[in-house]
Parts: sequence; C-alpha cells; structure tokens
Amino acid sequence: MATQAATRVEDKLYLNRYLVDAGRAHIKVRPHTTPSPQLLSLLKLCPARCYEMNSAGQVEIATDGCVECGTCRVVAEPTGDIEWNYPRGGYGVLFKFG
Amino acid sequence: MIEERFDAIVVGAGMAGNAAALTLAQRGLKVLQLERGEYSGSKNVQGAILYADMLEKLIPDFREDAPLERHLIEQRFWMMDDNSHTGLHYRSDDFNEEKPNRYTIIRAQFDKWFSKKVQEAGAVVLCETTVTELLQDARGKVIGVRTDRKNGKVGADVVVLAEGVSGLLGTRAGLRSRPDPNKVALAVKEMHFLPQETLEARFNLKGDEGAVIEAVGTISEGMTGMGFIYTNRESISLGIGCLVSDFERTGQTPYGLLEKFKSHPSVRALIEGSEVKEYAAHLIPEGGYKAIPQLFGDGWVVVGDAAQLNNAVHREGSNLAMTSGRLAAEAIFQIKSRRDPMTKENLALYRKMLEDSFVMKDLKKYRDMPDLLHIRAQNFFLTYPQLVSKAMKDFVRVDGVTKAEKEKATLRSFLAARSLKGIIGDAFNFARAWR
Repeated sequence: MATQAATRVEDKLYLNRYLVDAGRAHIKVRPHTTPSPQLLSLLKLCPARCYEMNSAGQVEIATDGCVECGTCRVVAEPTGDIEWNYPRGGYGVLFKFG
Repeated sequence: MIEERFDAIVVGAGMAGNAAALTLAQRGLKVLQLERGEYSGSKNVQGAILYADMLEKLIPDFREDAPLERHLIEQRFWMMDDNSHTGLHYRSDDFNEEKPNRYTIIRAQFDKWFSKKVQEAGAVVLCETTVTELLQDARGKVIGVRTDRKNGKVGADVVVLAEGVSGLLGTRAGLRSRPDPNKVALAVKEMHFLPQETLEARFNLKGDEGAVIEAVGTISEGMTGMGFIYTNRESISLGIGCLVSDFERTGQTPYGLLEKFKSHPSVRALIEGSEVKEYAAHLIPEGGYKAIPQLFGDGWVVVGDAAQLNNAVHREGSNLAMTSGRLAAEAIFQIKSRRDPMTKENLALYRKMLEDSFVMKDLKKYRDMPDLLHIRAQNFFLTYPQLVSKAMKDFVRVDGVTKAEKEKATLRSFLAARSLKGIIGDAFNFARAWR
C-alpha cells in the first residue's frame, strides 16, 4: 500500500515544472538519532512525499519535488526539527496553472 | 541591486500584493514589487474563484482583457457518504448577467495579467527575487528589505508584506507568529483537462457558464475538511483540504484523500477520461477573526493570506486579499499625501479602514465558527453527513416498510448517534456561531 501511494505521488509530481537549485536544498532536517513525533508525521503529511525514512530510522528530505506549501514548516519548525526557507529567486516549483 | 529608494516596497505578487502595488502606483507613488517566482502567479495556488466586485474597484474594465474561465451560474453543495451524496443545488439564469459576479480563473494566467496592469501603472516589478530579511533600524522600525540578489539591500518608507500564508519575513522579524497547525488547512489540487464539449455536457453548461461543487462528508475521514470541483473552460480544478492538525492526528495522507475523493462514484463520472496536467498543494488560513495578527507597525503593514484574512465559511480569500491590499495602499497614500511619516500610529489608519470594510465585519461575524467546526469535526463532517445519507436513502427507497416505521428508524438513528441533547446543542452552537 505504501509503495503504491509513493508511486502515485511521484507520478503526480512528474506533471509539474521545476527548476531545481542543485546542491542547495531550501529545507534541511536537523541531524538526529531518533525522530520526534512531529518529524515522523511528515512522512505522511508532506503532499509531495519529500520526507523518507532511511534504513537507520532517521528522517531525510529530498526537496526536488517540493511544492512549497509550507505544511512541514508549521508542524516541525517550532520543534526545531527542520530549517525552512524559500528556494532562491526563480528556483523551485513553477506552476503552469496554480 | 537597485541603489535608489522607494516610497513603498511590496513583497509578493499574489492577489494582495498586486492590489497593493497597483493602487500605490496608480496614486503616483514610487513602488518596488518583489516576487520570488519566475513571474507573478508561478508560485500562487488557488481553487480558484474570482469575485468581480473587488477587482472592479481596482480595474473597472477588467472583463475586456482578463483571462477569465467561466462565470458561475450554479453552486452545488454535497453531503457525502461512501457511495452517495445528498445535494443542495442552486442554479439561476440571473447569473447570466452582463457583468457576472463570480468567475473561475487559473491563477498562473490571471496573476500574469494582473501583474502587467501593475507594471503599466508604473510600479517596478522584479521577479525571481526572494526577500530574505526585513531591514530594521535600532528602534525596530522597518526601513527596507534584503534580497538574495547581489548587493541586495533596498530601502523604502514602508514595506507591504504580501508574502502569503507561509510568509517568513514577518515571523522572522517578530512581527507576528507562525500559524499553528490547527489554524491552517492543507489543500491538494489537480488540474483535469477534458474536451470543452464533454465538460459542458457533464455539468449541463453552455457558452461561458460555469459550476461549482463543494463537498463534505466521509471524504475527509472525520477531519475538518472539504472537497471542491470547479469548472474552467476546458479543465476542472479538483481538490480537497483538511486542517493540518487533523492530518497530523489521523495519519491520513493528502494524496490518499485526493485519490479517494476522485474515486467516489459521484465524482468519478465527472472526471472520467481526463488528462491531469498539474498537482499542487497550498495552505489556507482557517483561524478566522481570532487568528488575525498585528496588522501594522513602524514602517510596515501586512495584507492578504499573510494576515490570515480568509473567510473559511464562505471560502472567500482572494477578495479579502485584494481588498486588504487596496486599503493598505490607500492608507499609505493618505499618510504620504499629508507628508506624515510611516509610523505605527499613522499606519493604524489601515486597520481602521479594514474594520470599516466587509473584510473585518464578515470575519467578526463568524469569529466562533472555526472553534466550533474544528473541535466538533466528527459531528459536522462525518456523523451528520452519514445520518443524512441514510435518511435520504430510506426516504426514497420503496421496499414495503411503512413510512411511519421509516421515520421512526431515521429519528432513532439520529438520537443513537448524537442524542437529543447533542443534536440540540450542535444546532444551538451552530446557530450562535453563524449569527
């Protein structure tokens, strides 16, 4: 079920236009050993499924497909779990319709 | 970057920012507008419905060249269970008027047009520029912004923060707090393209006529949320949104909810065979009147979604954004005309003007609604839609059970689910919050 959902989100993101700022992720996850409940919730909450758990049980982010909604910011910035910025001017998602 | 000083800097080129920049430029002020997207609209997401009245106040003849999709003649409200919907349906030929009241729009296209009007009015619009920080003097007065461009500092007498629901600048500078997860909804949306004739046949539309469907019920899995279907010329904007705190609590995924909504028998038939061309997500301010932050200070004002100005009950946001942007600009113009400084004391005029407008009056009217709907989400978004569906099914099905027995069974199901006290309490609280 989880893989199915993952495939579907990737298919959705594939429809979008992005200008990826290679090597400059605009959101960073604070290094941790055990993720907080807030950080864990992002695995399901992020609409672009940018957050994944690695084999060591830590939460990682890949921002390439980020749709810049700000959901992870309201959930996990207050706890200090993530550092959230907008991409540099011109980069990131480029909505054709919005 | 730019060496010169401006009368005003507008951060953001959405509905509020464009309304503010346009009004300031029309009044002859020297305006710089900064937008992080490739163009105005490329970062903006909305359903979207445009309200003519508020745009007419800015651009009276907008119908001549604005990219409008369809004028709305029909509104449907659905209460859904897993296999059915009970609908309230309002359609009127009166909405086929010379100057229609509501239109569907596609934001990326509409905002680009709006931005052209801003530029024609004389504002300097700089895109692909992210503002990273507000510049403040020793006493905390905002004196300009820092951008991510080379030598990126620019000064101005006043900064209009139209940075959207996730705006960083105001919160970083300590001017307002970050929205709480229970005060914002996360909505996901897809653009479904269909041949124009197919779309018009499915929704019973002709010419430029358009329809809107808004839906609550089992689709939100007991969360405070709503699904929507808007008809554009040859596409359908379809999406669903729920409170972020509800997503957190339930572990539901936004895309899972969207797929479920799309596969509902009442929805599936409308989008069958469509080509999806975009997937977007956005936060919507849901806290209402009580969530409105400080709106002005020394050298700054905040407008639109950044100020949480959204009427969740009526799903109105862009018109509040446009109006707040325009009023902020008019207040700034008045202060400037008197040659007064852009102090907190003087900029309080903006709040005063907003309070005299429909923006604050409407939000105040529904000030208790968010608490009611958010705390009693289960009742309003799950239990009642299910009960109504069951009651309707029994009402229309002819199966030999006597009408008296059916009525008794319906009454019993309501009492079992909510109790008489519960139902009266819900009705009373709802009426009080609506009043």
